[in-house]
Amino acid sequence: MKILVTVKQVAVVDDEFEIDGLGIDDRYITHDLNEWDEYAVEEAVQLQEAADEDVEVVTVTIGPEDTEETIRQALAKGADRAVRVWDDTLAEAGLLDPTTKARVVEAVASEEDPDLVLTGVQSADDGFGATGVTLAERLGFEWAAVVNDLELDREAGVASVHRELEGSIEELTDVQLPAVLTIQTGINEPRYASLRGIRQAQTKELDVRSLEDVGLSPADIESPLEQTSLYEPTSESDATVFEGSAEEAAAELAEVLRDAGVAN
Amino acid sequence: MTILSVAEHRRGELRPVSLELLSVGHLVADETDSEHHTVVVGGDVEAFGEKLDREGVDAVHTVDYGEEFNHDVYVQAVSQLADAVDPSLLLMPNTVNGLDYAPAVAGRLDRPLVTDVVDIDYEEGLTVTRELYGSKAETTIDVNAEAAALTVRPGEWPAAEGVNGASVEPFAVDIDESAVRSTVTGFEEVGSGDVDIGDADVLVSVGRGIGEEENLDLAFELADALDATVSASRPLIDNGWLEKDRQVGQSGKVVTPDVYIAIGISGAVQHVAGMKGADTIVAINTDPNAPIFDIADYGIVDDLFDVVPALIEEFGS
Ligand SMILES: Cc1cc2nc3c(=O)[nH]c(=O)nc-3n(C[C@H](O)[C@H](O)[C@H](O)COP(=O)(O)OP(=O)(O)OC[C@H]3O[C@@H](n4cnc5c(N)ncnc54)[C@H](O)[C@@H]3O)c2cc1C
Repeated sequence: MKILVTVKQVAVVDDEFEIDGLGIDDRYITHDLNEWDEYAVEEAVQLQEAADEDVEVVTVTIGPEDTEETIRQALAKGADRAVRVWDDTLAEAGLLDPTTKARVVEAVASEEDPDLVLTGVQSADDGFGATGVTLAERLGFEWAAVVNDLELDREAGVASVHRELEGSIEELTDVQLPAVLTIQTGINEPRYASLRGIRQAQTKELDVRSLEDVGLSPADIESPLEQTSLYEPTSESDATVFEGSAEEAAAELAEVLRDAGVAN
Repeated sequence: MTILSVAEHRRGELRPVSLELLSVGHLVADETDSEHHTVVVGGDVEAFGEKLDREGVDAVHTVDYGEEFNHDVYVQAVSQLADAVDPSLLLMPNTVNGLDYAPAVAGRLDRPLVTDVVDIDYEEGLTVTRELYGSKAETTIDVNAEAAALTVRPGEWPAAEGVNGASVEPFAVDIDESAVRSTVTGFEEVGSGDVDIGDADVLVSVGRGIGEEENLDLAFELADALDATVSASRPLIDNGWLEKDRQVGQSGKVVTPDVYIAIGISGAVQHVAGMKGADTIVAINTDPNAPIFDIADYGIVDDLFDVVPALIEEFGS
């Protein structure tokens, strides 16, 4: 069995930051493995460990060279090898919306021919939450979004999942394989990479491909969506903010809380 | 031009977002001089259809197929209706189920999709607004296409009101059963333990800012001093530090205490969905730009490890 996992490096923005054109100035950004993808990687590795057949876990990332550090994190946690797609056309492309991303991942998936694709529910920075299902539709795979429990029955070709709905309710659904599942946090407990894992990750295959390598042309990633502005939202806050030292602020807050009847 | 919005229901109830979508549809239809249609798929479609006949709706379509949501059915039904109605704008809810079918519908209809939209403008073509980086920034996106699909964030628009008298018409779909490759087998309620955070008058709610499990003691100490109950944001529950019963938010509990004290919680939209109805909201956070301050009544921008002990001191015997 082969499991393909999408792995994205996301931008984490500092408390204070400045906007530079259509992005946040690099100085205020650190990069990390997308939280939801971390759970997806863990789920794939756990499936691999539990299976009584050979399971290969391959990650796929759209991103420049500096995403390799993040990809190595996934490899250190047990993924077998990685594919990274990037070239000048992608670098110069405007908004990488779910359709554009799905097209690129689809091209890789068509070559890899996985039985199962796991993606994060959403990415922490752009929060589209749609790449996984878009990909499924393009691949002609079945799918399930927001999965927080997964059991595979390989013989029957069925994934039994829980989909986490709003308001503490889960939907129980059987999905035919091959499928794309978008993974919700909490489905498992992501492991820390061991030292050995980190060492091994350095030697694992990380294959870099251009659009052309995966059989796409620049026209394939043209999007009708165009980002036109980025700004800090005008604060709607009318909160009373207590200034001063922590003690002073706490004292003022305590007074308000007492007035509100707390602990009286 | 036509606008088409898709209603959502679960276990016999129309979900509030359905009526919010009608407001969005109404506004855009007014702005663009369009017709405004809505559709409900499955369940008690007659009753739902009546409820969807609100001000600004020109037609309600009902698809009497299945009881509960099944994405394979929704994708086929909505695509077929879209083929018939040819809407220039297709509006779907940015909910867990919305995100389970909207991308596939957009893909099938070959239309661009923008998710989690918080504002729409039609002055010069379609421009939508979204949030990025955990609500720290906002962006506008021009949609340069004849027809587009959007998922709309719940809670951003008011529910449509009034009773209308539009036509409520069944729409006959031709569902290819062999393409229905998923089966919903049931539902499960999660978390029915001992704590009922829904009952508490005062909630001390902790988020990822607490850092480590041991530090939760601090929250329980404060809760003791305030005669309050401890609740939390999702990451703490995901980590297994607290029981699922204590999770506030979209996928957790909706709470409406008198006082909600958010400690080290950023205020992500899915968290806010569970607590914005609290009477008084207090936020303690080191980040002055954290979105939680947008809805807070009182705030302290400081380290919780300094503020919370000081608060405990204040209320200590
Ligand atoms: C489908 C779906 C459903 C979801 N459902 C829920 C839900 O029901 N409930 C929920 O909560 N989330 C839910 N989420 C997750 C949500 O998107 C956020 O990831 C989550 O709410 C973030 O929790 P947080 O605010 O505790 O953590 P973070 O966003 O990491 O925020 C931590 C905050 O602590 C502050 N901080 C750090 N250190 C300190 C310090 N020393 N002193 C003071 N402040 C400090 C930081 O400035 C930051 O603002 C859901 C997500 C999805 C996709």
